[in-house]
Amino acid sequence: MGLAGSLELVCPAGTPAALRAAVDAGADSVYCGFRDETNARNFPGLNFSPEELAGGVAYAHARGARVFVAINTFPRAGAAKIWRKAVDEAAGAGADAVILADIGLIAYAAERHPRLRRHLSVQAAAANADAIRFYSQEFGVKRVVLPRVLTVAEIAAINREAPCETEVFVFGGLCVMAEGRCSLSSYATGKSPNMNGVCSPASHVHYREEDGELVSGLGEFTIDRVPGNEPAPYPTLCKGHFSAGDYRGHVFEDPVSLDAAMLIPELAKAGVTALKIEGRQRSRSYIRDVVASFRRAVNANASGLPIPAGELQRLSEGQTTTSGAYRKTWR
Amino acid sequence: MTERPTITLGPLLYNWPADRWSDFYARIADEAPVDRVCLGEVVCSKRLPFFVDRMPDAVERLQRAGKEVILSSLALVTLNRERQMCADLAANGGLEVEINDLTMLAYLTCGQPFTVGPLINVYNEDTLAYLAARGATRVCLPPEVPMPAVEILAQAAASHGIVPEVWAFGRVPLAVSGRCYHARVHGLAKDNCQFVCGEDPDGLKVETLDGQGFLAINGVQTLSFTHCNLLGDLERLHAAGVTSFRLSPHSDDMVAVAGLFRRVLDGSLEGVEAFGRLAAMMPSAIFSNGFLTGACGADLVPARAGETPTH
Repeated sequence: MGLAGSLELVCPAGTPAALRAAVDAGADSVYCGFRDETNARNFPGLNFSPEELAGGVAYAHARGARVFVAINTFPRAGAAKIWRKAVDEAAGAGADAVILADIGLIAYAAERHPRLRRHLSVQAAAANADAIRFYSQEFGVKRVVLPRVLTVAEIAAINREAPCETEVFVFGGLCVMAEGRCSLSSYATGKSPNMNGVCSPASHVHYREEDGELVSGLGEFTIDRVPGNEPAPYPTLCKGHFSAGDYRGHVFEDPVSLDAAMLIPELAKAGVTALKIEGRQRSRSYIRDVVASFRRAVNANASGLPIPAGELQRLSEGQTTTSGAYRKTWR
Repeated sequence: MTERPTITLGPLLYNWPADRWSDFYARIADEAPVDRVCLGEVVCSKRLPFFVDRMPDAVERLQRAGKEVILSSLALVTLNRERQMCADLAANGGLEVEINDLTMLAYLTCGQPFTVGPLINVYNEDTLAYLAARGATRVCLPPEVPMPAVEILAQAAASHGIVPEVWAFGRVPLAVSGRCYHARVHGLAKDNCQFVCGEDPDGLKVETLDGQGFLAINGVQTLSFTHCNLLGDLERLHAAGVTSFRLSPHSDDMVAVAGLFRRVLDGSLEGVEAFGRLAAMMPSAIFSNGFLTGACGADLVPARAGETPTH
């Protein structure tokens, strides 16, 4: 657990084993989702049944940690009951908060489970103090996960005005687009984060060899080409290799992942309440290592010590990391 | 359905010079068979100063021509001056506002009428009901919403007395970012972008390494490479209860585009025939309607079984 007054460390769990690993490695809070389209990591073999969630909550609570349930896709027209049931089951399992994105579902949770804490998902893309005030006043939202489009200075400015807590991503996969506002995946595959809880899904990925190159594709589109002796990157749509005008390269984003560990002191000064690690699709051992590293970093910062540098690099996608939008030059 | 379907000209999403901007809306006012015109900057707050002085004349001319004028809000609001833009829009005193970010709801007084733009996530009846109770008069559904959901949402909208609208023509807005891609591909910083987005009146096309058209960039916005074209789908959408159709301005002849949609909606031209005429008008364009019924958004599904649009 963290030192008194230090930043809260919010960690991902795709399985009950990962949840236990995260708690054991020092997570203050763990977030997870149900095994269906109600959460934004709707991947095969991942996520929790209601019974598994109740077991995870018991394990976490016994060790002073909390469990949040992400129900952060947008309910399909005519099928709201699936998402409402997920909120009911999170409440029934004793979860400490639900992480929601859809206005209709937040309104339902506020009315039906007024004592269950409501967090606003990054998928809702509340990017300024006015939007945050709206969700806080209208639906009693207690915490907002900020979209990954803001600089540290902008986050500090938001926290000076925001009537509730904020949480920011510090490690893991990096969306270059404002999350919850991106249909690139459904344009190429028919499956989107908002509707289906998936982006660039494996079901639509294909690889082929051509002229000594390995070509990776998504749906009917070529996303990347690499020499045959290089590892082909997973064809995540916005990290692909394209041409635009005279430019040829990564038009949207390089295949990097986020590592803002070195910004922990600045984020603490900016007034954020919690740091979030992305990666519910990751293995138990990855979760254990990342959580333990961030636990050390957060504790060091709370004790006035420097952040241990670079120890997470080997865990990052493609070995290359960025501090993303937190630095203004990223834009 | 007996109600006469209406046509909305959505906000111009691209960075056009002010004179071209003024000329475009003057011609729309005088010649285009559209019922409603959205004005304003949706994509990048840095562009607004270029044409904000031209807006009063455009509003007046459009209104004189019998068009309803709507003011569109910014899609991604982070800076203080962008928050101020939202506050100013809400207090404009007279014109209805189209919200493209929920930030606007913090400024609109409860019950003040507003239009919900296609960048707001309205995927289900509960969200639609909430917005209707707050004062929404019309909802343009997100372009990725498939036909079965359109049918449900159109009926839900009618039950709340608000107008359901769908994105019917133009490159489809797919994403918005904090990063400016126009600046990035020109090797510039966003804060010193030199407004290079102005070089591409319909966005800059993004091709795969195989030379296949894929996307288009427009500053911080990413759109489809294909132009959505629902001329062949209007009949069944109208039958499903959709009563308004949105055309997105491009450098093509928008008066002629609007004319084709109007004639199909009036029943004086077959959708398939109109589709063919639009293809002839825009020989380099690739059309799509896949978000409605296709396997993916980029698909083009023929208007009716057994009839392939001449394309």
